[in-house]
Amino acid sequence: MNNLKPMRCIGASLFAALMGLLFLAGFVSGASAQDTPDAGPKPSLVVKPMESHIDNITGHAANAKSDYRRYCAGCHGDYGDANGENAVWLDPKPRNFTLATFKCRSTLTGTLPTDEDLYNTLVRGIVNSNMPVWNTFTKQQRADLVAYIKIFSPRWEKEKAGEPIKIPAEPPVTIDSIAHGKALFTKLECWKCHGPHGEGDGPSASTLTDSQDNPIRPYNFALGKNDSRFKCGSTNQDIYKIFMTGVDGTPMPSFADVIQPNDAWDLVHFLRTLQIHRHGKENEVLMSAHGVIPPYVDKNPAPAAAPADNKAPGGGQ
Amino acid sequence: MRMWAQSHLCQEQRRMSSILAAAFALVFLILGASQSASAIPAFARKYGLRCSACHESWPMLNFFGQKFKDNGYQLMNDRDAPIWQNPSYWPVTFRMTPIWHRVSTNKNQVDGVDGLGADEAKISSSGFDLSGLDFHTAGTLEKNFSFYLLPSSDSTGAFHFETVMARLDNINGSPWLNLKLGKFELDNLLSEKRILTLTGNGGIYQLYHFIPLHDGNVFGQMGDNQLGVEVMGHSYNDRTRYSVALLSSNDGTTQLPYGSESYSTFITGSQAFDAGRLGVQRLGFYVMAGEAPTSWLTNNGVPIPGSGTENKGYSREGFVGQFYFGQHLDLQVVTQHGEDSAWFGQGYGDLIDGVATLNNTPGGPGLPAGSRNPTWNGVLFEPHYVVSPQMILIGRYETIRMSQQSTPGSPSNAGNISTYTTGFRYNPFMTSRAGFAYHGEYNWFHWDGASPVTNTNLTSSELLFGFDFAF
Repeated sequence: MNNLKPMRCIGASLFAALMGLLFLAGFVSGASAQDTPDAGPKPSLVVKPMESHIDNITGHAANAKSDYRRYCAGCHGDYGDANGENAVWLDPKPRNFTLATFKCRSTLTGTLPTDEDLYNTLVRGIVNSNMPVWNTFTKQQRADLVAYIKIFSPRWEKEKAGEPIKIPAEPPVTIDSIAHGKALFTKLECWKCHGPHGEGDGPSASTLTDSQDNPIRPYNFALGKNDSRFKCGSTNQDIYKIFMTGVDGTPMPSFADVIQPNDAWDLVHFLRTLQIHRHGKENEVLMSAHGVIPPYVDKNPAPAAAPADNKAPGGGQ
Repeated sequence: MRMWAQSHLCQEQRRMSSILAAAFALVFLILGASQSASAIPAFARKYGLRCSACHESWPMLNFFGQKFKDNGYQLMNDRDAPIWQNPSYWPVTFRMTPIWHRVSTNKNQVDGVDGLGADEAKISSSGFDLSGLDFHTAGTLEKNFSFYLLPSSDSTGAFHFETVMARLDNINGSPWLNLKLGKFELDNLLSEKRILTLTGNGGIYQLYHFIPLHDGNVFGQMGDNQLGVEVMGHSYNDRTRYSVALLSSNDGTTQLPYGSESYSTFITGSQAFDAGRLGVQRLGFYVMAGEAPTSWLTNNGVPIPGSGTENKGYSREGFVGQFYFGQHLDLQVVTQHGEDSAWFGQGYGDLIDGVATLNNTPGGPGLPAGSRNPTWNGVLFEPHYVVSPQMILIGRYETIRMSQQSTPGSPSNAGNISTYTTGFRYNPFMTSRAGFAYHGEYNWFHWDGASPVTNTNLTSSELLFGFDFAF
């Protein structure tokens, strides 16, 4: 048995050495692998004590550091600058949190979104991008993440979130409201980007870029079926918000100063008819009118007439 | 003198171990520093998500990864259909693990003074080794048509089909109805196919494979992929899940080797709860029940495949808990109550593979008087401490206790199993291109009355270090 003791001595030393070396090698190579090779190591990130408030839950940025790294940093970057390792491959590009410019808001253009706006984006995902639905998280996790993305821009320390716009009750869908919506679609020149039939093929479509000079495509209403493909929510209220708040960082402006609430609802009703595969009340009304949108007759004509050219939207089926 | 010599020898050995340690350090540092991120794992590459998005530590899924799997490997956005990918995209991942390990078993059957194979001896061995190769290819054929094909080899390169399945996802637009056909992993919440440990006894869940000593039932192994059809569904956020599977009682073996009409079923259900800062907690149950043949037609004494009859029953059922205590600590718990027919308990069952030793032919010896259904209870605890998304510490304790032996008078503890495993996995980088982990693990395994000659207690241990990688 004695001859086994030296072997045990070797074994014990070897095991201890292996364990230590695994950790050492791991941490050394791990540290180097996480740095961007050509940019050199970046300064460590300071997690500011930002908060979010969702219903009765308070989110704390410090609690989301690990989750952000695990789930978000691959696209949005460790520093929130939309420079994660996947960003170069993505279209559309991930949000750059250092700019604090957000597409999906309930607040007026140019203002910061509410915590609920950011929270809802996590819950909803963005269907036509790589942003998944993060509804397997707890509410607390999501609230913490909302707080965390505020650490990347000083705007969150200097400004308050904007006030959510007020959305009036939706009026009934009628063929007249659809016809008025169609007239507005022409008058406001929505078709220049979205195309005469809402297929995202208007004459300006190929020239559009976002605020980061990345090419951007106008929304194609004709795609999809009953599933919503709107990035900021699927309800009529969500579409209404898009007109009134604009999509910041994109060429889509806010029309809050241009159209009245009822006009906006009429526009919503018309846009729903451009979703030709969708089963909804708007298309039912249109079908009951034999698929034809009658010309809109303005009972109180405005001084400026709507442009009438042969590229105007066709609408209908 | 002897002490001096031993001390001197030990110093020499220490010197040698220092040289070895330095060599290891060099190898580890070189290999660790030269990791390339050019290769791309299938799903991470497709969706541009880091491995850590779906895995608590790969390959173990977190709740987001579980939902992705339940949706048919889809995030349920525009990126699911193959049309979004570059035409040259291939959803392929290789996984293999070079390792060093030391295995020791206290009682092995050996030739001795009492005759051939009449003695027992301890055998300990160590060295560098390889795991088998997994060749995963999975994803979507079209939106809501998913597939999984996994040719898998042992360390010698002998391949078999571990998983072959196609799945209709979200039938009629509902996540509550998904249909899978083929050979697939059973819907175990704590998945053995995504286990974090690699040793021989620690790399499986004993609870998922347990049968009593001398039992002939190999059909009720929850940890093995099975052939069959599965209907499963889940809520939109995956908090509520169910699955019902109809399986051939053949333990995933193709070509109908057993009975012509022997089937089993595997049913699961679970509900998850939002527990605020603690995280999501999930509770569930499973039932595996079925029957399998014990009698075989023979030709020149050789059992004929597919001729199995005289089906006898078996069942395994239990609860599953996935408990999270904040961001770092979680505990996975599985319980089991199992029961086999007395026929299995007496050694009837898989005669085709020679597992069973008895053929239940008409006029045969039948059951010994007083034979009973063997029953047992078991529990599995697996805590994890997630140091960071890159580092996890793993523990596991399993114990299985016989509550009724098939043969009256048998030692009540015969066949009991106790095992614990501890280890770590450290991922030196986090990307959406490849997975790599420094893996260290120790397993201790104890089996009452299972030594091959003396029927005394069998104990085995294994220490393992390796580079686990997938790309």
